[in-house]
Amino acid sequence: MMASLDAAWVPLLLSLRVAGLATLFALGIGIGVAWLLARRAFRGKELLDTLLTLPMVLPPTVLGYYLLVLLGRHGWLGGWLREQFGINLIFSWQGAVIAAAVVAFPLVFKPARAAFESVDPQLEDAARVLGQHEIAVFCRVTLPLAWRGILAGALLAFARAMGEFGATLMVAGSIPGKTQTLSIAVYEAVQAGHDELALFLVLLISSVCIAVLLLAAHLLPGRIANPIQR
Amino acid sequence: MQLHVDISKTFRSAGRRFDLSVAFQADSQRVVIYGASGAGKSLTLKAIAGLITPDDGRISVDGADFFDSQTRLNLAPRQRKVAYVFQDYALFPHLTVRENIGFGLNRGWFNREARHSRADIDQWLDTLHIRNVADQYPTELSGGQRQRTALARALINRPTALLLDEPFAALDHSLRKLMRKELDQLQRALRIPLALITHDREDVEVFGDQVVHLRDGRVAAGLADALA
Repeated sequence: MMASLDAAWVPLLLSLRVAGLATLFALGIGIGVAWLLARRAFRGKELLDTLLTLPMVLPPTVLGYYLLVLLGRHGWLGGWLREQFGINLIFSWQGAVIAAAVVAFPLVFKPARAAFESVDPQLEDAARVLGQHEIAVFCRVTLPLAWRGILAGALLAFARAMGEFGATLMVAGSIPGKTQTLSIAVYEAVQAGHDELALFLVLLISSVCIAVLLLAAHLLPGRIANPIQR
Repeated sequence: MQLHVDISKTFRSAGRRFDLSVAFQADSQRVVIYGASGAGKSLTLKAIAGLITPDDGRISVDGADFFDSQTRLNLAPRQRKVAYVFQDYALFPHLTVRENIGFGLNRGWFNREARHSRADIDQWLDTLHIRNVADQYPTELSGGQRQRTALARALINRPTALLLDEPFAALDHSLRKLMRKELDQLQRALRIPLALITHDREDVEVFGDQVVHLRDGRVAAGLADALA
């Protein structure tokens, strides 16, 4: 039992770390891009939206392939990182973070854009004539009125990142203790015929995902419909 | 107030085109921009506040240039120091009446009340008789209380001019009369220059020391036929 506990804890902690960091990355970039798409007019805006939504519909293996092309030893970004800094992202847990972030990105970005678009631009204008800089307008008006929608997206993104399999396997592989996340550990356990471990891991990941969804439901119901109430 | 406006801008949306080309000069304390809806009144007022940028022209208030297409001058709204009261007031729904009024006094990045502004806010709550709703949210207010909150929020910053977009349109008839009287008294007490847009003739009678009549995006020739 001790051995199976270890075999479960290590991938669980790795999965939580990878999913947490991936969600933070997706949030940072997703909020910025969502704000641009909601508030600025430029050419190719809807094309950009489509491209950024692609990870939601493309097979994870296709995303993994793209990431390998980009981040691999001879990839555009991978080659440069290796030459300049000696960094190799392939078969590293950081690579798993990038794969999960890309897969989870649309789940942050789409609701964030909708949340920003639901904020009345006149309220932002009101803040401007009251003497506020653009950053203060964003922090004091736009974000407080949009954050519930953004948070809902972030929780879904976290749950999605927890369950990431295909792209992660292609980019980071399945190195026990290093890049073997919970969902990959399930696959490995089933392949190796470790049925008990597989069952335990499956129950574990299911509970974590249920907890996240319950948290989302607890934070959000009724308040999304009426964002005015605190 | 010396108000000099000479601007043009073309709006296009879904195959429709609207040309705004407004030029007038005003030098009274109370200016009314009058016209039917769609005449370009709001656009003109927004251009003065810096909320839309004209394609061409010049705007100056009391000798200070706000916009000049020739010298490529275009002050940001926050630099113009004019107050703007929106037609439906645009109160921040996530902030209380007190926090709404103090909004402009705080120049930080977060919604915290600056300690020095407390007395100032209290004074404005009293002036506009809304102290009893100070800790309520805008959705809990009546129309008159909303307008008073919007006025206090605009005036607490000591603006050089007060711009109002159809200030009484959202109110019912009896409240409209009352609020008109209140604004009249407030303007006289503060001696703040005021520019108000309306399609209501009673507003023209009370505030129209000088009247600019707009029609189809242009200044119409005579006021007489506007009111006839």
